[in-house]
Amino acid sequence: MAKITLDKLRHSYLPNPAGPDDFALKQIDLDWTDGGAYALLGPSGCGKTTLLNIISGLLTPSHGRVLFDGQDVTHLPPDRRNIAQVFQFPVIYDTMTVYDNLAFPLRNRGVDEARVDARVREIAAMLELEDRLAMRASNLSPDNKQKISMGRGLVREDVNVIMFDEPLTVIDPELKWRLRSKLKELHQRIAVTMIYVTHDQTEALTFADQVVVMQLGEVVQIGTPVELFERPQHTFVGHFIGSPGMNILPVEVDGGVARFAGHAVQLEGPIVRQGDRTEIGVRPEYVRLADSGIPATVRKAADIGRYTVVETMVGDHVVNAITDRLPPAPGARVFLHFEPSQTRLYADGWIATEVWK
Amino acid sequence: MRPRALIPILYILFLLLPIYWLVAMSFKTTNEILGGFSLFPQEWTFASYRTIFTDPTWYWGYINSIIYVSLNTVISLLAALPAAYAFSRFRFLGDKHLFFWLLTNRMAPAAVFALPFFQLYSAVGLFDTHLAVALAHCLFNIPLAVWILEGFMSGVPKELDETAYVDGYSFPRFFIRIFVPTIKAGIGVAAFFCFMFSWVELLLAKTLTAVEAKPIAAVMTRTASSAGYELGLLAAAGVLTIIPGAIVIWFVRNYIAKGFALGRV
Amino acid sequence: MKTENQRGWLFVLPVLILVAFNALVPLMTVVNYSVQETFGDNLFFWHGVGWFEDVLRSDRFHAALGRQALFTFTILLIEVPLGVAIALAMPRKGFWVSVCLVLMALPLLIPWNVVGAMWNIFTLPDIGLLGYFMNHVLGIDYNMTQSPLAAWVTIIVMDVWHWTSLVVLLAYAGLISIPEAYYQAAKIDGASNWAVFRYIQLPKMKRVLTIAVLLRFMDSFNIYTEPFVLTGGGPGNSTTLLSIDLVKVALGQFDLGIAAAMSLIYFAFTLLVSWLFYTIMTRNEQ
Repeated sequence: MAKITLDKLRHSYLPNPAGPDDFALKQIDLDWTDGGAYALLGPSGCGKTTLLNIISGLLTPSHGRVLFDGQDVTHLPPDRRNIAQVFQFPVIYDTMTVYDNLAFPLRNRGVDEARVDARVREIAAMLELEDRLAMRASNLSPDNKQKISMGRGLVREDVNVIMFDEPLTVIDPELKWRLRSKLKELHQRIAVTMIYVTHDQTEALTFADQVVVMQLGEVVQIGTPVELFERPQHTFVGHFIGSPGMNILPVEVDGGVARFAGHAVQLEGPIVRQGDRTEIGVRPEYVRLADSGIPATVRKAADIGRYTVVETMVGDHVVNAITDRLPPAPGARVFLHFEPSQTRLYADGWIATEVWK
Repeated sequence: MRPRALIPILYILFLLLPIYWLVAMSFKTTNEILGGFSLFPQEWTFASYRTIFTDPTWYWGYINSIIYVSLNTVISLLAALPAAYAFSRFRFLGDKHLFFWLLTNRMAPAAVFALPFFQLYSAVGLFDTHLAVALAHCLFNIPLAVWILEGFMSGVPKELDETAYVDGYSFPRFFIRIFVPTIKAGIGVAAFFCFMFSWVELLLAKTLTAVEAKPIAAVMTRTASSAGYELGLLAAAGVLTIIPGAIVIWFVRNYIAKGFALGRV
Repeated sequence: MKTENQRGWLFVLPVLILVAFNALVPLMTVVNYSVQETFGDNLFFWHGVGWFEDVLRSDRFHAALGRQALFTFTILLIEVPLGVAIALAMPRKGFWVSVCLVLMALPLLIPWNVVGAMWNIFTLPDIGLLGYFMNHVLGIDYNMTQSPLAAWVTIIVMDVWHWTSLVVLLAYAGLISIPEAYYQAAKIDGASNWAVFRYIQLPKMKRVLTIAVLLRFMDSFNIYTEPFVLTGGGPGNSTTLLSIDLVKVALGQFDLGIAAAMSLIYFAFTLLVSWLFYTIMTRNEQ
């Protein structure tokens, strides 16, 4: 088990990258402590799989270093890094039994049979696969196949980190939840570092202690699920996390006051940065339908269970609000109130307000 | 370059050597060929090619071959398209047995069938026509076309059909306007294989023709034996038979491997 | 899921008619000949299974079958492993893939008698490239028309030249259908190259290799044109394979009854072996 450090890591698939646009991964500096549960979250094409492959050693970065416990492993092949990876589609060795599948990584490393047998049975018990050990792996259902690929990672005692590359893509929805809880339980039992790559915020937020949000080859924020939700460092994070995402509204800043559609908006604290493009971000959860404030027209309301998402228009801008009361009818004139402690200013996408101390 | 790249390179060299020799021979004079060994033609001559392009028995051989091969490709595809559709979409009485029976026809040794074919096509009055050869080649080309097309069609989701019916398409219109364009890669691959197997087959083609529809391959054997052993001419004719295949393969190069992978057994 | 629809027969009808016309009528003709005796003048007499007994007891048929079996077995033993090895060594993507595929497919598109003629020219003792090289550079006495061994080696090398590409194409199609994740997982699991081949590539190629072996078995068992053009079955009878012998009997001697009985035994044998092989290879699939 190990602490993982990414040191000035950059990667380009081109032989001679010129500008920042040629890089699939722009500069990344990260420290992942031993035994943590991390998630890498971002839309398709943001570079998260590239980053994963660099950590596992399937890809050598063009710039920067990867360190395990301070030791440079940048140029080590995957089998010498003691890592395990679970792929999007279950990878199993079709012709082998479940038992042989689980034993495969150990046998390749010349572990003696008695030890192999003990480990395989232990891991099979953990994954609830004991009664299927003698079956041919090709005859199993997708969730059990995915368990085997996990098992092949867990079976090795010296494993530094287990990485999951969108492992629940092909699993039925009801089984997804069970497999995810199983994963969480396993993490608590064996306390090995786990990195979970996904574009699904629910998966990331429920699995991880720390979530790394990526966009266009850059890390935009690292934080606990609560931090990401409450105080996004970047409009992308605000927009990407939450359903519906944060309202991002263009404002004019004039003399320390932000004006949205002509109305002064009270912010969480003083503005500390300037930028060409200024926006405020406020989550729908903190937009109230009030008696006074910014006038808006209701466009539609969607009941999504415990509460209702009300979509309103302020001029040309859509502002979502969440209410647990009976929503107004479409076309109704309402006033919006933004909760000041949860309203932040963003300059060129990055957060530009500080909280009052 | 990695050392294992040597394997395909050596293999391709091995493939090209006899072809090179054929090409080299076709540009040599008869005297040079019989006179002794020479790696390259010492005096280039196009005489052999000139003979082929000016003598009707020669060039008609090519035209005949191309006519019946094209005819066979069209017939095979037209018949195989609806059949492959049925195998990929419907279950009907005896479908599996029928499919397997179709495939077994590839196993029938052509030599076994040569004489009965001659009698059959003479009896129906088709002997020595392009149509006779085209129909006879259906024996092994239709099963192959059905097999390849079925593989491609099974890869097309059934929802496509259903959506089209919901949108008010009749079956023939759906089939021609929507389905056929969807599997055009498959049709290309099937057409390629029909072309190939019809082009390379000689035994049936020779048995079913005499003068009017005689294929180039048959012209070659006869001319070679009657006019002594004109190796240069034989080589030039051989070279010319490789060209149509080479052209066709260039067009479908990206589909060849895929075409094999998709068939079901 | 497929729907139950007897209209399927309607769709299959054109194929059925065309193939049945070509397959059943000639087959019936052959069956007809095989149970009759003729003395010319289109007079036929019932002969029962007499021809079949004659063929099955004839040394000549046994010898031809033996040669055929040896030939088919040898070429399968060379072409299948060689084809797989070449497919494994081929590039997986990029410009060179097209070049490889096009060049490799070339022999498949040459008319079969041209293949025979080409190899004939190639191996002529004094003026063929291979013949000259063997006799005058290596100093090995090589003459197909005199030495049965030379004739055998030549027809086998010719068949390898002609058909290995088919195995390569099929094996390659199987290989490129393996997702990259399998190779990555194997790397992480510390699998050796041999283990990757044994547990990933070979199982994934099994289906296409079954097709390859079946096609090569059927086609090599029916082979006629290329060896006939190259050696004419000689020297002596040394390269007289089943089809060549069959044509000699049928057209050379006009023993139609014997030829027909031979054809049927031969057809049945091909069918039986193919079916057995197919059943064994697909036994483990559900």
